[in-house]
Amino acid sequence: MTVAPSISAVVAVVSRNDLNAILLLLGVWAALGFAGLARPRSVGYVARLLFPIGAVTCLGIALLAGIFLASGQGAQSLILPIGLPDLPFHLRLDPLSGFFLLLLGLAGAGISTFAAGYFRSGEGTAPGLLGLQYHVFLASMGVVILANDAYLFMVAWETMALSSYFLVTSQHRIPEIRRAGFLYLLMAHLGAVCILFSFGTMSAGNWQLTFDAMRGNTLSPGWATVAFVFALLGFGAKAGLVPMHVWLPEAHPAAPSPVSAMMSGLMLKTAIYAMLRVSFDLLHARSWQWGVVVLVLGLFSALFGAVFAAVQTDMKRLLAYSSIENIGLIFAGIGLALLFEASNLRLFAALALTAALIHALNHSFFKSLLFLATGSVLHATKQRSLGKLGGLIRSMPWVAALALVGTLAIAGLPPLNGFVSEWLLLQSFLFTPQIPHAFINMLIPLGAAALALTVALAAYVMVKFYGVIFLGQPREPLLTHAHDANWLERIGLMWLAAGCVTIGVLPQFALRAAGDVTGMLLGQSIAPVTSLWSIAPIAPQQASYSGLIFLAGIVAVIAVTFVVVRLLAHGRVRRTAAWDCGYPWQTSRMQDTAEGFGQPIRHMFGTFFRMERALPSPTDAEPRYRIQIEDRVWRALYLPVARSLQWLADEVSVVQSGRLAVYLLFSFLTLLALLVFVL
Amino acid sequence: MSALTLVRQLGEVVLAVAIAPLFMGWIAQCRAWLQNRTAPPLTQPYRMLRKLFHKDAALAADASPLFRTAPYVLFGTMVLAAAIIPSVATDLPFARAADAIALIGLFATARVFMALAAMDIGTAFGSLGARREMMIGFLAEPAFLMVLFNAFLLYGSTALPSLVDANATRRFFIDPSVIFAEIAFIMVLLAENARIPIDNPATHLELTMIHEAMVLEYSARHLALIEWAADLKLFNYACIGFALFLPWGIAVHGADGGGALLLASAVLLVKLAFAGAALALIESLSAKLRIFRAPEYLAMAFLLAVLGLLVHLLLGANIHA
Repeated sequence: MTVAPSISAVVAVVSRNDLNAILLLLGVWAALGFAGLARPRSVGYVARLLFPIGAVTCLGIALLAGIFLASGQGAQSLILPIGLPDLPFHLRLDPLSGFFLLLLGLAGAGISTFAAGYFRSGEGTAPGLLGLQYHVFLASMGVVILANDAYLFMVAWETMALSSYFLVTSQHRIPEIRRAGFLYLLMAHLGAVCILFSFGTMSAGNWQLTFDAMRGNTLSPGWATVAFVFALLGFGAKAGLVPMHVWLPEAHPAAPSPVSAMMSGLMLKTAIYAMLRVSFDLLHARSWQWGVVVLVLGLFSALFGAVFAAVQTDMKRLLAYSSIENIGLIFAGIGLALLFEASNLRLFAALALTAALIHALNHSFFKSLLFLATGSVLHATKQRSLGKLGGLIRSMPWVAALALVGTLAIAGLPPLNGFVSEWLLLQSFLFTPQIPHAFINMLIPLGAAALALTVALAAYVMVKFYGVIFLGQPREPLLTHAHDANWLERIGLMWLAAGCVTIGVLPQFALRAAGDVTGMLLGQSIAPVTSLWSIAPIAPQQASYSGLIFLAGIVAVIAVTFVVVRLLAHGRVRRTAAWDCGYPWQTSRMQDTAEGFGQPIRHMFGTFFRMERALPSPTDAEPRYRIQIEDRVWRALYLPVARSLQWLADEVSVVQSGRLAVYLLFSFLTLLALLVFVL
Repeated sequence: MSALTLVRQLGEVVLAVAIAPLFMGWIAQCRAWLQNRTAPPLTQPYRMLRKLFHKDAALAADASPLFRTAPYVLFGTMVLAAAIIPSVATDLPFARAADAIALIGLFATARVFMALAAMDIGTAFGSLGARREMMIGFLAEPAFLMVLFNAFLLYGSTALPSLVDANATRRFFIDPSVIFAEIAFIMVLLAENARIPIDNPATHLELTMIHEAMVLEYSARHLALIEWAADLKLFNYACIGFALFLPWGIAVHGADGGGALLLASAVLLVKLAFAGAALALIESLSAKLRIFRAPEYLAMAFLLAVLGLLVHLLLGANIHA
């Protein structure tokens, strides 16, 4: 009898202080991290005890963020008098940060639960240290989302980069992993420099570093564009936008799978968050040219990522390229929203932004799910190469079934969640003829076609991913003894798969949350959801979609068909050998390989790649076929920069003779020069 | 929704499931006539289905549950698509569940399940077929989408019922962009339904197969469901084509009494007869392309559709303004 009022009382108290409560939970993460140091070598203590508590904390944060969004109240802010003198930490919780905290909490809960079952002793860094890095990583992402001044934002941003760097290099004895980690750190810092420039420009010379001050500054269009371009470079580097993506396919496969899932599912989203914060909230989305730039970069990244994913032979690299593709789709949505907003088409801007937000949410679910599934496969088989996997649906039915959900979701198939956001994005492309720039109008259909091509290519990639790993015959004899995931891992995977299904079938809740964000950033939301059955972003006469009817319809037809077939015919089955056109000597090596699956793509998109082939001569007794595929960006953009830096360093090294007297002379000359300058 | 609309909806689905094999039989008959062969009877597909349903299913020893579920999923998606596409009447409760873009997604679901099932046994031809099918699919989807963009520009909607209502009741004239879109659509239809010039439904050469290669391991009731689903898919595509380019005669919203429904059904049969004959003619006149030429063929379909869009935008034609 008293339960309901007391719950509502608790809700009322908590919702009055959402920000405080969330900060408290972020503190719990940090405390969990340091608690791990008490017994750093004990897997049982760190993994089986601390990580589940961390997962519950994730749920708490998601719940608080959800309550905050549902309550529809305005922004809450807080000033913490810590940090440097005269530079206190400013924090703020508004619908935009609430949405991304919700994402962080929901996907993080699944990842932490999985990680609790995943980490075991003898793999790289000691568990306690790993737990510290992991939870600091989570907490710093939370602070990035809540920060309300550039100073705190950069502190949290760098903590995030450093903690994830240590997580990526947890197996630092392997040289490739050290190299991947270094590349990641380098790109993270190049990005951070750009972000600093952006904030510096936005503070407009008055040294007010709070976001509130930046929001109030009215920059001239030229300076606003400078700030925007630096933000795009900096956050684009973190998100993995082409051509700043080079670190991503190296770092994601190098990290342990839960960390890959966190980086791809969560960390990339903080860059999306920051991009939205800067371009819509701080710079007020003023110029349609920005939108065109973001749209073009986004679409190109999407296509680039999909094409490269199709030719990969390492399962985690494939997923990393697929992340580039999905980030590209999100940026395409953001670009379209900027374009509409600057053209005063608020409703369509809200539609495009909603698509981008929902896709960010979806991606954090299905990409985490798939990365975690590759972790289970990796533990069970010790193989990452697609050429040595296959047939795991028989030995790992749980992982296979749950990965199938993620595969179908990421391929953008109804009634799962990936389809919802892609459908919304395509819908927003439909309205581009209303933009008052005739030339853009002509080009946008091509953009829509690029989008359609990308989405369809993603389905191709995912059929390859799932088919080669889980279906067919095992390509190595050991695979038949692969063990399935343990129960903690299964719970983590199930949570994420359930998220994919729920958002797909009932997108209304996610749309509502995204509507709060678009309401805050644009002052406009898409048509409110009135029915439980279907969504119609603009008007039901124009377009509507119902995941629920899709699912119910297909399931009902399948059930009826099954019963009718059994009643009118029969259900007899005879198990035999595979027919294979009557050829009895087939082996597992005759199946299509990952390379074979990539072949049509290599054929069609040859200009994207730099290929090196070594073909055997017809008379070879032991023929070996080798093909190496590289990014053109690497050679065209990064190597020249690296070479010129090397050259510069060589030139400068002339002054370093190694003799003490010469160095003392330099000091003396510097002093002299300074004296001259001062006097 | 009233009981009447529900009955109408159910009737349409049953009609689609029932006459889809007939449509396939009619095309086979026309093809045989055009090629100077003795035609099989119109009911041949039904006899085939009946035979298959009564056979014992021979299943490869290590076939996974995915392999056994896929035919049902395939059939389910195609029946759902038939419920969504207006073929006889436009006032359908299910049609609001998806617009034309979501319909593309539905077909993609069917395609992915078929490809995954084909890879399940791990035979060489199965995975070869899966790879080719997915390749054709990802090239055909953008072209199809461009056709739908064109329809959206013309009628202001991608929801098929609204689109057909607007299309069937408008004053008759031919927008030049429609011609481009129509050719592109027919090209996509041929590619997506495994017809000549992309795939030969009657081939016995495994190396050139696409759709047939994927179903080599299936037998009995599973094969029957797959074949039936393929019939339904062609029927569905034909109905999308009628909705976009040839809507006249359908019972539009507000004028769909018993007589109108009967008339619409009769008109649908006539349209199907013509469409089947035309398909058979196209297939008899063209040769199967090499698989490496398929991208060019589909790129041409795509370019035609884009050309249609540009023509529309350049001419500035706007019907509903």
